Amino acid sequence: MTLQDFIALSPILDLGAFSIVTMLVLAVRRHHATIALLSFVSCLLTLATLPWASTSTPRAVTALLIVDEYALFYMGLLLSATMVVISLSYRYLKLHFIEQEGVEEYYLLLLLATFGGLVLTASAHLVSFFLGLELLGVSLCSLIGYLRTRRRPLEAAVKYLLLSISASAFLLFGMALLYFESGSMTFRGVGRVVEMSQTVPGLWLGGFVLVLVGIALKLGLAPFHMWIPDVYQGAPTPITAYIATVSKGAVMALLLRFATDVGALEIDTLAHLFGLLAVSSMVTGNVLALFQQNVKRLLAYSSIAHFGYLLVALLAGGSAAAEAVTFYVVVYCVMTLGAFGVVTVYSSERGDAERFEDYRGLFWARPWLAAMLTLSLLSLAGIPVTAGFIGKFYAIAAGVDAGLWWLVMTLIGNSVISLYYYLRLIVTLFDEEPTPATIPQGRAVQSTEAASWTAVFSLGLVASIILLLGVYPGPLMELIRDSVSNLVMVVVQRP
Amino acid sequence: MVLWLLILIPLLAAPLAWMVQQWSRHAARWIAIGALSIDLFLALLLWSQDYRFQDSGHGSWLLESQTSWIPLWGISLHLGLDGLSLVLILLTAFLGLIAIVASWTEIQVRVGFFHCNVLLVLGGVIGVFLAIDLFLFFVLWEVMLVPMYLLIAIWGHEQRRHASFKFFLFTQAGSLLLLVAIIALAVLHQNVTGRPSFDYADLMGLALKNEMGWWLMLAFFIGFAVKLPAPPFHPWLPDTYTEAPTGASVILAGLLAKTGAYGLLRFTIPLFPDAINEFAPIAMGFGAIGILYGAVLACAQTDIKRLVAYSSISHMGFFLLGAFAGAELALQGAVMQLVAHGLSTGALFMLAGALQERLHTRDMRQMGGLWGAIPRVAAMALFFALASLGLPGLANFIGEFLVLFGSFASQPFLTILASIGMVMAAIYSLAMMQRTFFGRQRETHIEPDLSNIAFGTLLLIAALQVWLGLYPRPLLTTTMPVMQTLVQPAPPSSNLTHPPSKFLPSSNIVTSHVSAP
Repeated sequence: MTLQDFIALSPILDLGAFSIVTMLVLAVRRHHATIALLSFVSCLLTLATLPWASTSTPRAVTALLIVDEYALFYMGLLLSATMVVISLSYRYLKLHFIEQEGVEEYYLLLLLATFGGLVLTASAHLVSFFLGLELLGVSLCSLIGYLRTRRRPLEAAVKYLLLSISASAFLLFGMALLYFESGSMTFRGVGRVVEMSQTVPGLWLGGFVLVLVGIALKLGLAPFHMWIPDVYQGAPTPITAYIATVSKGAVMALLLRFATDVGALEIDTLAHLFGLLAVSSMVTGNVLALFQQNVKRLLAYSSIAHFGYLLVALLAGGSAAAEAVTFYVVVYCVMTLGAFGVVTVYSSERGDAERFEDYRGLFWARPWLAAMLTLSLLSLAGIPVTAGFIGKFYAIAAGVDAGLWWLVMTLIGNSVISLYYYLRLIVTLFDEEPTPATIPQGRAVQSTEAASWTAVFSLGLVASIILLLGVYPGPLMELIRDSVSNLVMVVVQRP
Repeated sequence: MVLWLLILIPLLAAPLAWMVQQWSRHAARWIAIGALSIDLFLALLLWSQDYRFQDSGHGSWLLESQTSWIPLWGISLHLGLDGLSLVLILLTAFLGLIAIVASWTEIQVRVGFFHCNVLLVLGGVIGVFLAIDLFLFFVLWEVMLVPMYLLIAIWGHEQRRHASFKFFLFTQAGSLLLLVAIIALAVLHQNVTGRPSFDYADLMGLALKNEMGWWLMLAFFIGFAVKLPAPPFHPWLPDTYTEAPTGASVILAGLLAKTGAYGLLRFTIPLFPDAINEFAPIAMGFGAIGILYGAVLACAQTDIKRLVAYSSISHMGFFLLGAFAGAELALQGAVMQLVAHGLSTGALFMLAGALQERLHTRDMRQMGGLWGAIPRVAAMALFFALASLGLPGLANFIGEFLVLFGSFASQPFLTILASIGMVMAAIYSLAMMQRTFFGRQRETHIEPDLSNIAFGTLLLIAALQVWLGLYPRPLLTTTMPVMQTLVQPAPPSSNLTHPPSKFLPSSNIVTSHVSAP
């Protein structure tokens, strides 16, 4: 490895080193605020290495990793989302843990999970793919069950553990089959077999489908979505936000690179399979979300649907698809952080504010919080001047560009369905204020309590990003076009 | 710059109106009135200046403003004003003032937030009438939805939640269809010239001569027809109009319906001239069916706001008939109908709101003999009922007459059908008067009559009705050049001569449907 390799790899190395530092500090001094700040600063410093790393990209560091603009872009996204999650977590953990009870490992686990995510964004090899995914999954498993004295987080953790195990099993078997057919474990090598022989070997196809099942399990695409609502509901809310954004974002980044490098979309069978996954995710997610009475479950089902929209964009193929997917992932992360952020801030020590009842009349009681939630929901619904609209616009544009009329029309139909449940939640916010007699005593006390300034600050930031991307998305679009051009160039250069 | 001011004044006044709520209930109202008065003044100023309206038309704007927005997609902040936009903006500012006066006594809770939403809607509507970049148009088109939804959901009547959901889902479904069509046009432009563009002038030159154009035209038509609304895209309308608070009803019927009409005139007809040639008889059929359907159902209503809502469907049918007739006279009538209907329906909704405020019911079976109790309301109702049924000398008559006169040449059968609608209009309008104000008095409790402000406002609308009915020329000459260009679509512009680009991925659309020159 040369110096250039190290420079290119610096974000990953940096975060790894900081994880160790955090662990050591933790051993010396257990102090919640210190560790939280340290982990936040770790992410910030890692973020600062990105421009430096970009001086030596694109660069293949060993056969395992490729650090290119695309990877760096996603790394920036993941790190920023992690920072928001950290700032949301601080007050949430203080509410749920008494003094002297160890909460500090939480931040260490977050750093490790993000570390896994960074590896995923840069991986170009089945081994790094698997390692990154496991690092992310195992850390998340403990994070989900972190409120260890409660029943539901534990239940969710067990569910996630089982999911992770089955996903790994599918992945490993699929990888074995791919390796068997291609004799290579790099993504490019795996795809070369198909290009050279012009036909698709059956086992190779089977292997790819198995790997795809593993990825679909992680992304929660229907029909592999069963775990999503339970885990989303059971996990501590900041962790729910983390799963929805960092974990899924990293896996999506990987899927995009994997599918592009292997050339999966040029194989008709696989393209149909992706289309099927897209349609089933959109329909399942949106239809089931209609029946939810719990905000976290509602957002869970809506996330299933959103990844269906993402697949529509992915299926378009070519540069338009890579741009649309990346833009949508960014937008999705921002608005999901907004929505779950509000749930986090509004939660009390007695539990998460997750029932619709909890939100009745919130707009009249705490207008800023309610406005933030409204903004996030409108963005999720794809209403203009929010980021979500531009995301949807991009996805539709990619679909139309590729002539995927049926998928686009399904997307439109599902958007209309999704409006219904978002509106149901929004209208709850604007309902008449509950009369003081009906408010439980604890809630009344809690609602006057101010949120911590870190959470307020990060939510404010998220809100302004939602609006900014909705009104002036040009710069981000250009940045993404530059970043993904590398990914697509590779495809173009293929012999 | 003036164009941006027109949009930004209400949008910026909106948060201000919300914030002053804590000081005074009336402050929000005065801010809203002030903002709209400035807009109205600006629009009148534009109208009074010696612009050569003769030169205006599609592609040649009286005033234009363009700034780059999202260059990657060829999207710019492009505003343009011509006679049609100007007339509709005048209507918007005027009816906005009416809506605020109409809610003066009705809205007593959360006054600031109410006016904030009203101003946001109006800002969006004015933007819709000015935007000539299709992306910008769509954004503004949607901007007015959310505040309108909140107006219905928060301040509406008993069934408000149901109505507000219906309103949002229907209009949004139409809009998304429209969005797909807009994107498809931009992609087609990219395939032909190598760069995507959402600009009106660029897209006008596309000249789609195939199945693709037909489908896109249909998407545009449905997207706008939902707002208009034309049966069978109307199920949201009766509930929404009925459940909305008075001010919002005035805006819904007077302005939001007009945005759909404007979209048809500005985009659907000129963008797809070939497809429209085939489609026009069908669209006119929709119009004729709408006229009869709305009129028949209006006759059967017992809820006074529902009656006005259905009559609104009927009147918008005349617009549809005229807009697609392909004759200048009919198009002029259609625009006249937009203005006239905005004025008369706005006033009728205001009166229905006044009745509800006094009697706490909209059910006409519980009214009767009210003339003695509230003569001002009754007299005004009689005037606008007559206006609505098309009494000669009032604006609605001019509109409907021109439409029928202009479309007889192309579709005599449909025109005859449509004229039956005018007879039915007389039936339901007079029945409404009979059931509400004449006959035996049921309500013994005497309520206060219209306040001077409300009465004065209604008199003002009545005066406008008479003016437009007797001397419609100023309005007709303002919109005439635009209507002339609609009859003879502009020739394809020369931007299609660029060679197709190499670096963009070829797409199914271009290879199968569009023949690049």
